[in-house]
Amino acid sequence: MPPRAWTLGLAAVALAVALVLPFTLTNFRLFQFSQVFIYAIALLGLNILTGFNGQISLGHGAFYAVGAYTTAIMIDQWSVPYGWTIPTAGLVCLVAGFLFGIPALRLEGLYLALATFALALAVPQILKYFEHWTGGSQGIVLSKPRAPWGLTITPDQWLYFLCLAVLVLLFVLAANLLRGRTGRAIIAIRDNAIAAQSMGVNTALYKSLTFGVSAAYTGVAGALSAVTIAYVAPDSFDVFRSITFLVGVVIGGLASISGAIFGALFIQFVPNWAQDISKAAPWAIYGVFLIGFMYAMPRGIAGSLRLAAVRWYRRRAEPAASAGGSPR
Amino acid sequence: MDTLIQQIVSGLATGGIYGSVALALVMIYQATDVVNYAQGEMAMFSTYLAWSLLNAGLPYWVAFFATLAIAFVGGLLLERIIIRPVENAPVLTIVIVCIGLLVIFNSVAGWIYSYIQKPFPSPFPSKPIQVGNIYFGAHDLGALGVTLLVLAGLYVFFRFTTLGLAMRAAAQNPVSSRLCGIRVGWMLGVGWGLAALVGAVAGMMVAPIVFLDPNMMAGILIYAFASATLGGFTSPGGAVLGGLIVGVIENLVGTYVKFIGTELKLTVALALILIVLLVRPSGLFGRVTVHRV
Amino acid sequence: MRKGLLLTLMAALGLAVTLGPAAAQTPGVTATEIKVGNTNPYSGPASAYGTIGKALGAYFKKVNDEGGVNGRKINYITYDDSYSPPKAVEMIRKLVEQDEVAVLFQTLGTPTNTAIHKYVNAQKVPHLFVATGATKWNDPKNFPWTMGFQPNYQTEGRIYAAYILKNFPDAKIGILYQNDDYGKDYRKGLHDGLGEAAKKMIVLEQTYEVTDPTIDSQIVNLKNSGANVFFNVTIPKFAVQAIKKAHDTGWKPAHFLNNVSSSLATVLKPAGLEASRGLITALYLKEITDPQWKNDKGYQDWVAWMKKYYPEGALDDQFNAYGYTVAQAMTQVLKQCGNDLSRENILKQAQNLKNVEFPLLLPGIKINTSPTDHAPIEQEQLAKFDGERWVLFGEIYDASKK
Repeated sequence: MPPRAWTLGLAAVALAVALVLPFTLTNFRLFQFSQVFIYAIALLGLNILTGFNGQISLGHGAFYAVGAYTTAIMIDQWSVPYGWTIPTAGLVCLVAGFLFGIPALRLEGLYLALATFALALAVPQILKYFEHWTGGSQGIVLSKPRAPWGLTITPDQWLYFLCLAVLVLLFVLAANLLRGRTGRAIIAIRDNAIAAQSMGVNTALYKSLTFGVSAAYTGVAGALSAVTIAYVAPDSFDVFRSITFLVGVVIGGLASISGAIFGALFIQFVPNWAQDISKAAPWAIYGVFLIGFMYAMPRGIAGSLRLAAVRWYRRRAEPAASAGGSPR
Repeated sequence: MDTLIQQIVSGLATGGIYGSVALALVMIYQATDVVNYAQGEMAMFSTYLAWSLLNAGLPYWVAFFATLAIAFVGGLLLERIIIRPVENAPVLTIVIVCIGLLVIFNSVAGWIYSYIQKPFPSPFPSKPIQVGNIYFGAHDLGALGVTLLVLAGLYVFFRFTTLGLAMRAAAQNPVSSRLCGIRVGWMLGVGWGLAALVGAVAGMMVAPIVFLDPNMMAGILIYAFASATLGGFTSPGGAVLGGLIVGVIENLVGTYVKFIGTELKLTVALALILIVLLVRPSGLFGRVTVHRV
Repeated sequence: MRKGLLLTLMAALGLAVTLGPAAAQTPGVTATEIKVGNTNPYSGPASAYGTIGKALGAYFKKVNDEGGVNGRKINYITYDDSYSPPKAVEMIRKLVEQDEVAVLFQTLGTPTNTAIHKYVNAQKVPHLFVATGATKWNDPKNFPWTMGFQPNYQTEGRIYAAYILKNFPDAKIGILYQNDDYGKDYRKGLHDGLGEAAKKMIVLEQTYEVTDPTIDSQIVNLKNSGANVFFNVTIPKFAVQAIKKAHDTGWKPAHFLNNVSSSLATVLKPAGLEASRGLITALYLKEITDPQWKNDKGYQDWVAWMKKYYPEGALDDQFNAYGYTVAQAMTQVLKQCGNDLSRENILKQAQNLKNVEFPLLLPGIKINTSPTDHAPIEQEQLAKFDGERWVLFGEIYDASKK
């Protein structure tokens, strides 16, 4: 395995690049990259649940919506400064996810996918029903925030840095969580729940907590999206949103923290490229991209990179002896 | 009282639609262990092919059976060419490939046929049958009949033919099946072909009611999932019955439970999925699988 | 190895860098072209409307073939927003900040336009002839750069209400409407138009979602409520079902059909011409599958244009007639600008349309705008279906005079 120093080094370089970009890119591109960061947070949330813990969710769009609407309602109805709404949204989703995780304990694989799918589908209708709070199908219009503390940067630059800061914080937290005992328990449950339980891991508690944490991450992403887009409406949170998140996680790479970034880049930019390639049937091109990526990289981008790195490293370490077997 | 009966009848009619699509879903799952999210779009595309044949002048039943044949071959080829490379990949990878197929079919259908809705003919008379104060749509009854025929045909096929037996074996235990000389790969292909065929039937029965457009299956697919869940993903008969039940419940709740009314009809269907999954995940008629350590 | 990595990263950085554009006095305009920006749902649940975006492009092609506007060709740039507000925000920002269009035109959808409403006004980009019937686009005091186009849904609802009050004083009204702002806007118009009488007259309201396969259940309920007036606010797919089911179950109310579903070929024929007899709607455009316009010059010009410039478009899709007309309005505005195609002047000219008539508008219906009137079309006429065509009757309702 490539030494941790490498991964840290690459992360540091990536961070440096990310810090420099706002001073070279246009506001529009910064807006797009802010969206990438937001998706990356959401995808990391989903990945914790699906990639690391083995619980498939086709309904994370629901938590994204809950986070976004929490923020929107707090700002719109109670004039709460948006900074406070972001952790609040995370907290609300933590609880919501945990509560959903409890009945979900009884479900696995296909059935869990169906249950979460049902959740994602119900969200737009429920949002429209509670019109008094959510603004119904009209949605809630917010104002785009300016940079605070008198900083002379554009709103887009400020939001970019905000999203980046939240991203780094949450990624570091996730990395710590997953590398420690908790992480090992979570992964053990994915690999063999019965064995994990007989080893003394409280699978029920961990699975529900993981659901909660996963939902919290996606909720924070939703809150950030409400702030950057400055508008929430049921149409923004349809079932395709949830499916797109799953696509992002698988393409990026399951059980991989860096995979969230790759996946986010994919779901943000590939549809635009598809449009540039073909005006007539852009989604067909997107579909071809999806299938092509899955053929070439069945374990996602991060998975393939890891595979390639391991192979390269192994070849360097043992040039004479046959390595045998395939790296797992 | 009249309202109640009419709502039940309407519910059975809509439920028939759900059941037929649910049947296709369950078919693929039974044969290949994969939930094919592109099922609805494949059915829609087959219906468009039927429309093209009808437009070219073919009589209805000729076009109908020609479409079934094309759908079968198409499904078979899809499995052999597109799904095969990722057959052994993790489940989610296959799911993403199915999603890719979904968007491709939808987009290509829109590109070739445009998005404006098209009427699709029904082989059944359009005048309703009136019994007292209750109206039965002739097409609704006919479509339900066709679905039941297909169901019966599938039952006979799987129970009493060698090919059906081979397919069941391949799905349940691929390794042992190979040892018996069954070509598992081709069994999967036939499974997809059959499911595509059933989907095409569903599409052609549904289109006269909801009109042919690239997004026609989107709403139905959700209800089809609810039906399959209720009936059990391992039971084709259960899926059809589940569809009928979902249709009726949806209508009755919408009519009689005032605070839900028609604004949360979809939510009702989904709450149903959740309840069934919690109480009895394998559905009313499905087989309960026990995990051995 | 590390050097290689660094080089790759720098290359990536280089690729990602887009140089900021130099500030332009007249964005989107050169000596030879005018950039017109648009977003439409070419995919997703509302993709049926995408044909409008294509029709617009086809009309501009015709204009360009005939020499363009004041010597300049129209460069029409349109992006897909899948009817998703966040996507719309992204695409509009692209049009404004990257493509630097002179004007945003016919952006489609209420939620999508709501998402960009504040932004385009803050950026001072003319946001003209938005493709939605919502009422909020006619608000020049707060949003001076935004302008609607078609008669809004509430106005139409009020027209029906006025007619019902006059002709059906003992009405028992049943409403079926789509559960989103399109449906709710119509419903509000009817309620407001009925005023005090609304509580007494409306006996049952039913909603449906676009994802519902059928609305049979709702029709059954409406029939059994005893309603003798039916306000049908459904999109074409469901309008057909509603008309057919009502007819099949023997329910014969006074049936008001919203303008969105008034197409003969797409709605009335599939529902059954006999079943559709007696339907009342409000129109402002000529319904292009209505046989009464077969020899009308405006219609024939439209067909010729469709065949030459938009052959893959459907000749029975009313959206293509709508797109044709809006594009003519946009061309008119650009023509009036002369050589001053600054964003300010484009807005000024859009606010300066006086009694403009277009070939596919019903005779007598004219476009009027002013700095305080951002609703170009406010007139509609009632029509009744006689089994063959929409027979116009009564006076032309003018909402601006109310």
